[in-house]
Amino acid sequence: MLLVLAMLVPAAAANVFWFGPGLPIQIVIASLSALLAESMMLALRREPLQPSLGDGSALVTAALLAFALPPLAPWWVAACGSAFAIVFAKHLFGGLGRNLFNPAMAGFALLLLTFPAEMSRWSMPIVVASHHLGFTDTLTTILTGVPPVAWDAISSATPLDAVHSGLKTGATLQEVLARTSTAHSASIWSSLGILLGGLGLLGLRIIRWPIPVSMLAAVVVSAGLLNAIDPGTYPGVLFHLTSGATLLGAFFIACDPVTTAASHRGRLWFGAGVGLLTVVIRSWTAYPDGIAFAVLIMNLFVPLLDRLTVPRIYGHAR
Amino acid sequence: MDVTIVTGGQRGVRLIGAAQRSAADAPSAAAAPPQLVLSLALPDGSSLVPVVRIGEYVRLGQVVAWSPDCEGTPLHASVSGQVSAIELRDAIGMSVRMPAIVIDNDGRDERDPGLIPVADYTLRSAEELLARIEAGGIVGLGGAAFPTNLKLAPTPSTPVETLVINGVECEPGIQCDDMLMRYRAESMLFGAQVMLHIVGAGRCVIAIEADKPEAITATRTAVKAAGDARLSVAIVPTYYPAGGERQLIEFLFGTQVPAGGLPRDVGVVCQNVGTAAAIATLIRTGEPLISRLVTVTGLGVAFPRTLEVRLGTPLSHLIEECGGYTPDITRLIAGGMMMGVALPHDALAVAKTTHCVIAATAADLVPRGPAMPCIRCGDCAEACPSHLLPQELYRHAVEEDDAGLARFGITDCIECGCCDAVCPSQLPLVSVFGAARRQLQVNTVTTERRDLARQRFNAHTQRLAVEQAERQRRLKERRPAGRKDE
Repeated sequence: MLLVLAMLVPAAAANVFWFGPGLPIQIVIASLSALLAESMMLALRREPLQPSLGDGSALVTAALLAFALPPLAPWWVAACGSAFAIVFAKHLFGGLGRNLFNPAMAGFALLLLTFPAEMSRWSMPIVVASHHLGFTDTLTTILTGVPPVAWDAISSATPLDAVHSGLKTGATLQEVLARTSTAHSASIWSSLGILLGGLGLLGLRIIRWPIPVSMLAAVVVSAGLLNAIDPGTYPGVLFHLTSGATLLGAFFIACDPVTTAASHRGRLWFGAGVGLLTVVIRSWTAYPDGIAFAVLIMNLFVPLLDRLTVPRIYGHAR
Repeated sequence: MDVTIVTGGQRGVRLIGAAQRSAADAPSAAAAPPQLVLSLALPDGSSLVPVVRIGEYVRLGQVVAWSPDCEGTPLHASVSGQVSAIELRDAIGMSVRMPAIVIDNDGRDERDPGLIPVADYTLRSAEELLARIEAGGIVGLGGAAFPTNLKLAPTPSTPVETLVINGVECEPGIQCDDMLMRYRAESMLFGAQVMLHIVGAGRCVIAIEADKPEAITATRTAVKAAGDARLSVAIVPTYYPAGGERQLIEFLFGTQVPAGGLPRDVGVVCQNVGTAAAIATLIRTGEPLISRLVTVTGLGVAFPRTLEVRLGTPLSHLIEECGGYTPDITRLIAGGMMMGVALPHDALAVAKTTHCVIAATAADLVPRGPAMPCIRCGDCAEACPSHLLPQELYRHAVEEDDAGLARFGITDCIECGCCDAVCPSQLPLVSVFGAARRQLQVNTVTTERRDLARQRFNAHTQRLAVEQAERQRRLKERRPAGRKDE
């Protein structure tokens, strides 16, 4: 588990470089909240705190959730999301190994629904922001919920946000993309950081290839198809791969072993489903990024996938 | 020890840095112990019946116990001397004390005069040779000790085309098969030829694991010297459990043995190299199975090596023959590093199933942390040579769900331990599966008996009801209608 956290470092570094020190602070808050919630639930369930508390699973949930939050979100956003993830999405299902839904994504979904405003205030890349918030300013903003300058000066839409709302105003895709080029560069660098971490995970055999490969393949195929049909409305493959949480989802989120299918074949279907649903949600629903809901929906399908993909036992006909 | 899951067609694990290499000299004969303990236990928990009495003098190679229903092969005295006791003793692999014959060695090794070699086996029929093999107490020496005569017995419906001599020995630490192939290859090939004659097969494949180059060379040299076109050597990749009979057959011939079936069903008979050599000894000298190669290894013994050990030798004596324990000795294990069982003490004796003894120190043992919940990573399923889903089996075993266990194939589990070795949550999978299998067996028998009892009870009740109705009818006939009752 701790190796997973280590593999997130390149992505975190890229994020801090482009968007300021908000992410590490969110990670700390989310982690503290997660550990607190985990201790409380373990005590309630009359289980010993160790080794459960030290196995790192709560920290991974917290870290992944923090990556999904706007860097300047107020502290209660991370704290609530993290606590909800641990309490409701993990322990109330039976604890480690028994949850149906990906806890980080369940927490993210809750936050999206309960704090829509805070969750849509994404930061402007600091290279283009008129005001650069230092560490103390960032900390104060997060702890008080009030930035030193107006929100407009420091926040902007993510590339996915921009595409989503921009297309509604009637602009063509190319025009929208031109407007968000810096944010898009930031996304690309973050994506490279995540890719590095993801390849590290693959190399260390912490995750296996079925899910990243099938998910990314599904994204490539569906996004490519849509883009080929109507390039003016649907962004291209590279855009989908590098914006939002696509790569984070492919290597870190969807690979959560507990909530994914058990067999090799099942995982291929699972990953493909997540990839396809992500593109569908991004293209045709009210949400700019679909990873969280795609993962949660496919989590629902996991029991069925498990039932349908039982491997043939040695010596049996089928 | 590093454990990685095998990729590329085979299923299992690669164990790197595992084996404590014992000395590779030609196996010498361990000195016979002053007292022999011959356990009468059979692998299925039943026991043989002694045919000698306390106080009787027995000779080397004389039958001391047999199985009246022929489920097990006879047991012979491995020394000459007096039977000093027939009593319950602990036995390797048995959780209860089993009957054993204790013989005081008189050191003379006086042979039973009834041991006669077979002059020319090619002139004998298969039935005759099989009877000899049974009488010679030959069982599979790969660890399972299945009666060889039963395994080789002809079945007209499933002709045997290939004989496989299994020299794969995939469990790290065990070297008795390796040593046998290095130094007694000719004997092994002779035994293979005898078996070819018995089963009527056209070819024999000697399968050797790739990490045994000396054994491969020695066997190839012997095959060339034998000049028998039916014999050939096949190299098997180094992984565990490459030597499992079913996995080996799949690798060599690309076919799977049907579930619940035998290798014969796909035209193959598989025998261990040690079994072949034992048959050679029996045919050539008339000597029954009274000794076997045993590897003594581990950092807890001074001079780890492979020895020719008389059956019934107490492990304490065997360790002495290898220089005694080292100060760090922690545990004594019978078997290999993956499937071995820990022993309670060293007063247990070598049996036909004993191929390896590990005197383990803390450095030999992989530390096991506390068991965490299953995180459904799927590594166990990837590693399972039987293509099972251990995570599902574990779940159903914990829930004591017999139907679920049967559905996911608990009876197909070969208890190899691959899933156990790769589990990141350190779950004791093999122990759980072993217990679940045996519990399932017990439950099945209990259910059958209960159903039978219910059937009989229902039949009984029905019969009584019919008799009662019959009696009433006859009563009514005797009292004609219209007459008033009191």
